[in-house]
Amino acid sequence: MSPHDHDHHHHDHDHHHGHPHDHQPDDKVHSYYQILGVAMKELLIAEGVVSADAVRRAVEMRDSITPANGSKVVARAWTDPAYRERLMKDANAAVAEFGIDMPATHLIAVENTPDIHNIVVCTLCSCYPRDLLGLPPSWYKSRAYRARVVHEPRSVLGEFGTIIPDDTQVRVHDSTADMRYLVIPRRPEGTQGMSEEQLAALVTRDAMIGVTIVRPPQAKS
Amino acid sequence: MSAHLHEGDQVLVREDYPIGHIRTPVYVRGKRGVVVRHFGAFGNPETLAFCLPSDKRELYKVRFRQRDLWPLYRGSDADTIELDLYEHWLEKA
Repeated sequence: MSPHDHDHHHHDHDHHHGHPHDHQPDDKVHSYYQILGVAMKELLIAEGVVSADAVRRAVEMRDSITPANGSKVVARAWTDPAYRERLMKDANAAVAEFGIDMPATHLIAVENTPDIHNIVVCTLCSCYPRDLLGLPPSWYKSRAYRARVVHEPRSVLGEFGTIIPDDTQVRVHDSTADMRYLVIPRRPEGTQGMSEEQLAALVTRDAMIGVTIVRPPQAKS
Repeated sequence: MSAHLHEGDQVLVREDYPIGHIRTPVYVRGKRGVVVRHFGAFGNPETLAFCLPSDKRELYKVRFRQRDLWPLYRGSDADTIELDLYEHWLEKA
């Protein structure tokens, strides 16, 4: 099915040969499991279990979810202490206030503080709060990230340009079961006068995974 | 299985290597951690994965010190990692 199809096509096209040109996604030979997935989909459609349009619609809906959902949640938590409390206590109910439904998973919000920096991984597969943030970035699913971030998180963070002070605890969350993790980054300094909407625009996907921090707005140059 | 675990309980992860759909990563098996949260009971993925009748198992968030997992860990002594583990993988330590 397509949520998996398009995950594998973004890599290593123009890196090694000196004549960059656009490849279409289906230029690439499909892997065994991609072929298995396509065969399964065709069989389900042929047997009338699902329709091709229902599959397309599900993919379309999945692709329409963006990290902006999470950014709104974070900005609300920064500006409304009562909301922050609800989010920390029952994140599913708190995101439902924004009309975001996470039926199959339990969302857990983990908050960065001056003492603790949280970072999320799924070493066993690619668990990610998809109903909230959309599809995970390809690096999140890479073996390198999954294998390394659990035992050398500070090196991995450094490669993302994120230096966490020695006296701040780095806490990795390995999503091994039914819980999905959302990092609530720290609100940057100098943002007191900003509206919730302006704040939401600062909150990036990577900050909600925990591989970076939220930076103050750039001064106009 | 022993009685429910509580926040603050020291636990030892079973050191066992069964074949199947195991959601307890190898890197914590045989290691000691501390329960930081009880999530309630969830379907056991080890049978769910094979569409077998599945009982509910208590699920806990367990915190480990990075230094206890990786002797050569580079970083702060205070650094931690947390995993969500089912009751049948945990014993009170």
